[in-house]
Amino acid sequence: MDKRSNYAGSAAKQLGVYAVYLTVAMALIVYILAFFAGTSGTSINGGAINEERNSITIALSEEPPQLDSTRATDASSFIVIAHTMEGLISYDDNDQLTPGVAERWEIRDNGATFWIREEARWSDGFPVTAHDFEYAWKRVVDPATAGEYAFILYPIKNAEAVNRGDLPKEALGVRAVSDLVLQVDFERPTPYFDKLVAFNTYYPVREDFFVSTNGRYGADADMLLFNGPYVLAEWIHGASMLWEKNPYYWNDEKGFLDEIVIAYITNDVNANLNLFKDGQIVQTTLTAPMLPTAMEQRWQIDRFMDGSLFFLEFNHREGRVSENLNFRKALLLAQDPSELVYKVLKEASYLPAESLFPVWIQGLQGAFRKEYPVPEHRMDLERAREHLELAKLELGINDFPPIVLLTGDSSLSLLAAEYYQELFKKNLGLELRIDAQIFKQRLAKMTSGDFDIVMAGWGPDYFDALTFGDLFSSWNLNNRGRYQSEQMDDLIRIAQSELDPKKRMDAFSSIQDLIYEDVVIVPMYERGISFVVDPRLKGFKRRSVGPQVDYNYAYIERL
Amino acid sequence: MFLYTLKRLFQGLVTVWFIATATFFAMHNVPGDPLLNDRAVSEAIRANLESKYGLDQPLSTQYFIYLRNLSTGDFGISFTQENREVNDIIREHFPVSAILGILAVVFAATGGILFGALTAIYRNRLPDFIIMILVILGISVPSFVIAAMSQLALVSLNDLVGTTILPVAGWGTILHMLTPALVLGLGTMAYLTRLMRSSMLEVVGSDYIRTARSKGVPAPRIFTKHQIRNAILPVVTVLGPSIASITTGGFVVELVFAIPGLGRYFVQAVQQLDYTVIMGTTVFYGAFLVFMVILVDVLYGFIDPRVRLEK
Repeated sequence: MDKRSNYAGSAAKQLGVYAVYLTVAMALIVYILAFFAGTSGTSINGGAINEERNSITIALSEEPPQLDSTRATDASSFIVIAHTMEGLISYDDNDQLTPGVAERWEIRDNGATFWIREEARWSDGFPVTAHDFEYAWKRVVDPATAGEYAFILYPIKNAEAVNRGDLPKEALGVRAVSDLVLQVDFERPTPYFDKLVAFNTYYPVREDFFVSTNGRYGADADMLLFNGPYVLAEWIHGASMLWEKNPYYWNDEKGFLDEIVIAYITNDVNANLNLFKDGQIVQTTLTAPMLPTAMEQRWQIDRFMDGSLFFLEFNHREGRVSENLNFRKALLLAQDPSELVYKVLKEASYLPAESLFPVWIQGLQGAFRKEYPVPEHRMDLERAREHLELAKLELGINDFPPIVLLTGDSSLSLLAAEYYQELFKKNLGLELRIDAQIFKQRLAKMTSGDFDIVMAGWGPDYFDALTFGDLFSSWNLNNRGRYQSEQMDDLIRIAQSELDPKKRMDAFSSIQDLIYEDVVIVPMYERGISFVVDPRLKGFKRRSVGPQVDYNYAYIERL
Repeated sequence: MFLYTLKRLFQGLVTVWFIATATFFAMHNVPGDPLLNDRAVSEAIRANLESKYGLDQPLSTQYFIYLRNLSTGDFGISFTQENREVNDIIREHFPVSAILGILAVVFAATGGILFGALTAIYRNRLPDFIIMILVILGISVPSFVIAAMSQLALVSLNDLVGTTILPVAGWGTILHMLTPALVLGLGTMAYLTRLMRSSMLEVVGSDYIRTARSKGVPAPRIFTKHQIRNAILPVVTVLGPSIASITTGGFVVELVFAIPGLGRYFVQAVQQLDYTVIMGTTVFYGAFLVFMVILVDVLYGFIDPRVRLEK
């Protein structure tokens, strides 16, 4: 026994010696590895706010996949483009249109003219001209570009035909009359064209630079040219970005910071919260479970509608039970979105949805929804069951087959789907079969019509009611439930082209009513975001339309 | 030995071809359409996209084109990041995963061997109990929990000290690497500790140890030359595959610590049905894993004199 422990003692001593050796070796390896890692990451570590350098650090949820403004389609690319590029018109810090590259403009019923400011410059010092817009727009609609957002240029003459390949791209109704005058012809009257040109897809691209990149435009920081308040000075894919103040930018009421550092790219909300707590980033979003922590820390929590609307969309194709109006009415009457939002989802920043048009949409003077209130909705089980009986009679069935509810695979969508399953079973005795799919498969099933009801969402592209209003026209490819009605199409045509603002808004109001009467959709919720910003940073803005986060007007408050 | 290596390499090549083929057909059978996006596009644009990615060809033609490109090492362009070649994605992001993975394996191997030996020496005594409890935790708690908790611990630590001594996330310096590597290697470390412990205990009761002891060989020498050296063999065997699995399995850690590694692309590509990236990363990782296994097999012949292979 004595010998045993003796052995153990000396073995342990020997092991201790090895441990020291190994630790030294390990430190060496760490050092060598760190040397190699240095080339693939960022060592800029200034904290959330660096007053000395006049810089801030932020996180991005995703590596921006496409910084070519004519082809970008996703939120994180939009954020970068919104800071490094500028269109003819842009939005100020109150979401009002403000001159951008164009110093003034005129919109007529058959076209528009933009006068470009002389002092607008690209980041290499050359002037921004009307030709850059003409080139960019022709590139967008060129079928070879395969731009997913080409549809947003369709109000321009021949755009759709060019995009379909029926006409050459030279036929597009846009023309640089001179370096500083851009002339646009319309396909149809487009009174909201000023709001359209504020969108990314309408931003300029300079031909000689584009050609010189040899097909790699947008791939790296040096494969891009900028005309916005900031330039992309450094871009390490998937890891970091550095935006620097653009010395050639004309507007001194934008771009107050010298540097914006994107040091972290992750969509893990907890990681972002931890970085904020540690003072490494200037703002972060808060999900419902984080709110108690945030309140404990006595942070000032802000709330904002992110612009998106979510709804149950019916399949209006022939042969589906959801084609039956009484069936849809029964479902509409058997639910109440406030219960979904307040009792099930419990996201403090969400709003129960009541209409196709979110609360922030502008009407004639103020909010559209104040000027044109929605038809009042009240849950009414008795009427719901009556409608369901009528639907049975009309469809000639005794019992409903299981209703397929197509949904995404996020925990929030599953929660909502299970709620509806329970609700419609209890209230109407309907059997719902939840079909949860990954994003691309949900889209594939929506497109082919393989569902009865789908949990869908829509986010705005431009600051006009039409961005929601034309969703259910018979020609809109995003109308995946294939709702078709002449009345709706007529109303949408008025909303698209009517020059009298009052008549136009009346049309939107009729669309709102028709959506409710015809139960095209059952509105679920309007998505909102809770977030917290470093109190030293002022002028930071979140937007419902355009980039989700906007630092163009942000500055550091010095005490 | 040379012939054996050659034979193993050829087998490896066949394995990689099999992986490439199986992935190709499995991927095309995953429900969903890679070209669909939030905003619906017209027929014309759709046709352009299809021809751009060669999806307008019949599947068999696509397969042969793909095999031909594969033989020249060309994986094509990513579907989601349309400006980047899959080769660039791998070249830029694999080194990050590799550095993190190697460090994690170094941590895991060092810790596993030391703690394993320690628990064997102090068998059924306090150090043994404490370490074994930690080992069970390390094996059973999933890495996303450990990652999140260690990040929270870092925040509290920095808060306590009043300045950022260890970064909470990010990549670039030594300090950025330590915590994620430790978290990533923890599971393997726990596994290796157990392996080392049982291996040590098996060796300590063997005849040659008793012989050495009765000859009067000093204890430190028995420990080093006879016990450790023999006990470490099984650990070396599993080390190769662990390097591969750690290097490829860092998705959660990369996400939580905002590390620009390849693991994120690997997982996100599947979620987004990014065909070219799925193929590129899968074949690359597959080849990597196969290569590591072959390497260990060949090295084994050098480490263990008992393993003598056919001439």
